[in-house]
Amino acid sequence: MGEFKVHRVRFFDYMPSAIRAMAFNSRTERLALSRADGALEVFNFADSYFQEKVIPGQDGRAVEALCWVRGRLFSAGLNGEITEYDLENLRPKYTMEAYGGPVWTICSNSQGTHLAIGCEDGTVKIFEVLEETIRFQRNLDRQKGRIISLSWHPSGALIAAGMMDMIKVFNAESGHATHRLLVERGVGASKSREVVVWSVAFLSDHTIISGDSAGKVQVWDGVTGTLVRTHLVTKWDVLALSVSRDESSLLAGTSEGTVVQFQFISSTVDQHDKEWVRTRTFKNHTHDVRALAHTDTAVVSGGMDTQLVVRPLLEKVEKNTQESALRKIAFPHRSLVSCGKKAGMLLFQFHGHLELWRLGESDGHGKPGDSLPVKRKPEKLIQLKRKGDDHICCSALSPCGGWLAYSTISSVRLYRLQYNGSNISITKVAKLPKVLRSAHQLCFSSDSSKLFASTTHSSVIIIALSQSECKYLHTLRPKSGTRQPVHLMSASEDGKWLATANSDCEIHVYSLHKLKLHCTVPVYSSCPTAMAIHPTTSNLVMVHADQQIFEYSLVQKEYTEWSRKLQKQGLHHLWLARDTPITHLTFNPRNPAHIIMHDTYMFCIIDQNLPLPDQKTLFYNQMTLRSLPEPERTSHSHSFKICKTFQHLLCVSLLEDHSLVVVERPLLDIASQLPAPVRQKKFAT
Amino acid sequence: MAALYEGYTLCGLVQAQNQSDSGIQGIESERDSDHVVVTDSTRSVTLYKVSDQKPLGSWTVKQGQTLTCSAVYNSHTKEYVAVSDNKVIRVWKEEDIILDKAFKATVSSDVWRVHSVPGGEPVVLFQRGAVRLLDSLLSAPQQPVEEVLAQEEAIRWSTTVIAEAAQFVIFQTEQKGDHFLYLQRPNLNAVQRYRLEREEPGLSPLSFSASYRDKHINLLYLYPNGHVYQSVVSVRGPGMEEEAQALPLPRNLLFALPVGEGLLGAASALALDEAHVAVVGVPHPSAGAGKDFLCIWNTNFQTLQAGKEMSGKIYGQLWSYSSKLFIPHGKSLSVIPYECPKSSLASALGKLRQARTEGEMRKIHTNNNTEIKRTAPVEEVQREVEGLLSRSDIQELQPSVGQLASSLVSRSVADPAFYTPGTLAQLVHTQCLCHSVCPDLLLLALERKDYFLCQLCLQLFPDVPEAVTCACLKTFIRCSEKLSIVVVDAQGAVLPTVFFQHGLEVLQTAYSDTFLLPHLKDLSSQQVILFLQYLQFLYLRYSQDTFTQTHGLRSPTLTQIMDWVCLLLDAHFTVLVMTPEAKGLLLNLHRFVKSQVRLFSELGKIEGSLEELQKIKVKKEVGQYSIEVIELF
Repeated sequence: MGEFKVHRVRFFDYMPSAIRAMAFNSRTERLALSRADGALEVFNFADSYFQEKVIPGQDGRAVEALCWVRGRLFSAGLNGEITEYDLENLRPKYTMEAYGGPVWTICSNSQGTHLAIGCEDGTVKIFEVLEETIRFQRNLDRQKGRIISLSWHPSGALIAAGMMDMIKVFNAESGHATHRLLVERGVGASKSREVVVWSVAFLSDHTIISGDSAGKVQVWDGVTGTLVRTHLVTKWDVLALSVSRDESSLLAGTSEGTVVQFQFISSTVDQHDKEWVRTRTFKNHTHDVRALAHTDTAVVSGGMDTQLVVRPLLEKVEKNTQESALRKIAFPHRSLVSCGKKAGMLLFQFHGHLELWRLGESDGHGKPGDSLPVKRKPEKLIQLKRKGDDHICCSALSPCGGWLAYSTISSVRLYRLQYNGSNISITKVAKLPKVLRSAHQLCFSSDSSKLFASTTHSSVIIIALSQSECKYLHTLRPKSGTRQPVHLMSASEDGKWLATANSDCEIHVYSLHKLKLHCTVPVYSSCPTAMAIHPTTSNLVMVHADQQIFEYSLVQKEYTEWSRKLQKQGLHHLWLARDTPITHLTFNPRNPAHIIMHDTYMFCIIDQNLPLPDQKTLFYNQMTLRSLPEPERTSHSHSFKICKTFQHLLCVSLLEDHSLVVVERPLLDIASQLPAPVRQKKFAT
Repeated sequence: MAALYEGYTLCGLVQAQNQSDSGIQGIESERDSDHVVVTDSTRSVTLYKVSDQKPLGSWTVKQGQTLTCSAVYNSHTKEYVAVSDNKVIRVWKEEDIILDKAFKATVSSDVWRVHSVPGGEPVVLFQRGAVRLLDSLLSAPQQPVEEVLAQEEAIRWSTTVIAEAAQFVIFQTEQKGDHFLYLQRPNLNAVQRYRLEREEPGLSPLSFSASYRDKHINLLYLYPNGHVYQSVVSVRGPGMEEEAQALPLPRNLLFALPVGEGLLGAASALALDEAHVAVVGVPHPSAGAGKDFLCIWNTNFQTLQAGKEMSGKIYGQLWSYSSKLFIPHGKSLSVIPYECPKSSLASALGKLRQARTEGEMRKIHTNNNTEIKRTAPVEEVQREVEGLLSRSDIQELQPSVGQLASSLVSRSVADPAFYTPGTLAQLVHTQCLCHSVCPDLLLLALERKDYFLCQLCLQLFPDVPEAVTCACLKTFIRCSEKLSIVVVDAQGAVLPTVFFQHGLEVLQTAYSDTFLLPHLKDLSSQQVILFLQYLQFLYLRYSQDTFTQTHGLRSPTLTQIMDWVCLLLDAHFTVLVMTPEAKGLLLNLHRFVKSQVRLFSELGKIEGSLEELQKIKVKKEVGQYSIEVIELF
């Protein structure tokens, strides 16, 4: 296969933001989560946990709680506002001031007709959910002290509210408080501190379960208002609770990074009285577990350590299947790096700024395994701070390194870069066509003469770029009538084709010469996570969230022979068992049969000329091949060349000089930048 | 001392496809001590005359059939019994040439083994645990066979033993990682079921052997971690009722064989008699890795008695019939005669020379005339001894050295005027003497206050009895009480030098706690305090600097000192607590020990941490940026 010179880049200080809140929609199997920077993400649990949508955050928007009402997503935050999101255009749909000070919590009744929010001023406010918006209906009796957590009784008639030192039960109809449950404070020094009821859950049998800052999970009888049972689960806080749909299992997330499971079971075999019994403890986080979701089969948790963890409950899933494996989602499922292949430049996207780097150089040669002397160090050319409050949602660098563009939900900005080897100048392109207001994806043509920007309903705006002006050319529209946003866009090397993929799993290919839709690839059930058009054969290669790979001939408008062979034989089970999606795909101009792709843990070069591995083949065979004498290698090699030397990958790309760029961000580096957890295991104790 | 003699090859091994299998299914004794029946793992049974290394007959089942249990010899009927394809029992005589024409009967359930011992009837053990006498089974071959074992329980090993005129079938089973032992009397249908204690998780016994002694059945079993356990089961144990819980089988650790790194793969331990165990597949404690030995261990004294290197692969199989060990190794089946004489400590330690050798020696040294030893003056004796000792073959003269020393000692005992300290010291120096050879020597030296000789004996004799050690100790302490030459230790305690010189040797002698303790109790409280003071002094010195090298004396190890402190406290704790003079000393000791314990617990932590460090792979430091060359294949 051969040698590669690899630029191993670790200077992208990407830092994911802490997970703040979570809501699981069991009907659509979508998990919505919010991060400390205000960003929202939607994961499709039915499609290999693919991160389907990202709504960028905004300065000053802190989402404290999330809530699904059927397919609609609402959030509330300490800025005192309620927001509904437009999941098709990936932006807030509207924002409504609640007039109650910071909002701590939001929750809907099970009928989906009303929302209740808990405010700093001690009010619980009820909003009616209307077709297009929500309308304030009334306040429940105002209390002294903030409302931290809320839970509707499934009947919709009662609401439990967690406060400081107590829980109140309201009649949702009359608005009067019917019970006051006093929550005991912690012992010792914390006796003087108010206890915060971080989370409550109101079950159909009128049991109320609370989690508080004294580390207790308490079970109350909501009819009589009496305490039934106290479980002390941590020395610190119980921050989140989540109940399974059948109300047989409950999760509690703590500041220690543990998730404690309780189950509603009889404590002895012959006894019929069930009670809430502490059963298991999961420790998958190093820091606070701030958000939890109890799906039918798994514990989903997230918090300060920024990773989303899906821990299947082994009694609910088949053992030793992919479904039963623990998943940690650490990186976004899309690329934050764009590579100026011709210029040897990298553009890093942070939520608040962009960094443009020029790679280093080495004139040395070495044998495999060597590190070459770096003649010229990499250099940060530009750090570009975004304008306005909205965070960056996408960015692109032209292959020649002469253009740079980024978009927020409110504007698109384009810059002209001039670099003569020592000085760089950046000029903002002043007059962009009015039609270009915001973009979900940006991409330059390979000759840097055009900018493609995807906007509403999967349409693509084409802008012609030249030294003197930039001109609106055309808008490409799919014929499917989809309303979903584009999340992948790829232009062919020869400037003939542009492919887009959206969250409806549709892939449209446009002819750039004719400026119209060329074809639509047959829709596959799993969302594409990476795609690219081959520079010479014009075959479109796609990889999907379920790890399937397809190759579609744009000329023939059918799947290629290789693709059919691959589907017929099936991918190797170890390939399918990987748990991070392929996020970038590119080709090797030197060898047209090579496809280069990567996920978080490996990059892979697929050689289409070699035989496909069958199920019995040793899949990860690089070590074996290395140990074999040269002539024997051919008989043992198969088409998947996998390299795991570089890890936690954010980008793998091939430069014009045929050297590889790998952008690594070791998870350990991210962990080391987190604040100290409440309890740290001391070295060797 | 047990010995392994020169072995010889009985037959070559037909290697099965599976390399880990010797190709031999079983070896059974035949009509006398010189005949065995060897069953290979596929189709044939061969009768050998062992001393001639010659096959006398061979029988083979048809192609496509397999012998599933090793053939046994029924000494009553002079017939062989074997099982093919689990269900077909075959019986034939030596005259039968073609096995297929001989008697066969098909039974209704799979057979595990057929067992036969001289003096017993052949019994059939079924895979599901039922036991039948062969005769009664053959009278109605299709009779229903009950299931004794639980589901997922399977037999791993079985044997039969004759005890008190009754025959026992013993078999061991495994069920989900638990091991059980069954004792069954075929003609009584009484079953005893025991549960084996669990060893480390995941370890199953590698080999079993059973024997009958003193109204009990002795079981010996070896685990992959080298532990050999013995369990004793009464033959008159309680019969088991249906569904009764299996009784736990008490066991004691006979010894832990050194296994080196990792676990044993194929190994076997076989009890040869009450004190000797033959072990194969366990590394020889003093041989390098990669060599396989057949060893005989003495279980009473835990000493290695004999070892023989086995060339080629060891399969973990071992049989013993009439003082011969049968062991498949490499590509052959070897027969190794052995001998296990009644053991004594001296023999276990290798100090007893065989009588035969002594006899020969006597013949050689007829010139050792007893007259000299009895009557000659000191100088002449000295000259004589020097002459003897100047000989180059001094090691060969061991018996005569012993004799010489004995007679000199007895003369000295009888005649208070006669004493030859130099000569005796010279004899001791030859290292041909030990306490058992000349038991009065050390006591004589003590009596004559020849502390140098005492020290020498303590140093060079491997077998000083605890009583004598203690007597020396007492003498040293007593004389140091009288003399007032002292050294002052770091803490200002006053210690007599005499003791300082001689005590060291006492601390280094071999002893057993149980035997020493009663003698230690005879010390007076003053003596105990003094001794303890001395030990504390040593301990302090050891903990502070490298005391070991400073005095040119052989020094006891820290562990030896600690052992003595423990023993002394153990023997005299109440007395010490009641003695006001001891209070300061004990408090001091306690304080020091406490600080040491704290230190060691800290050291433990550091060790744990450093151990972790070692586990971490040395990772290449990766900076913010590098340009590397990789190769994909």
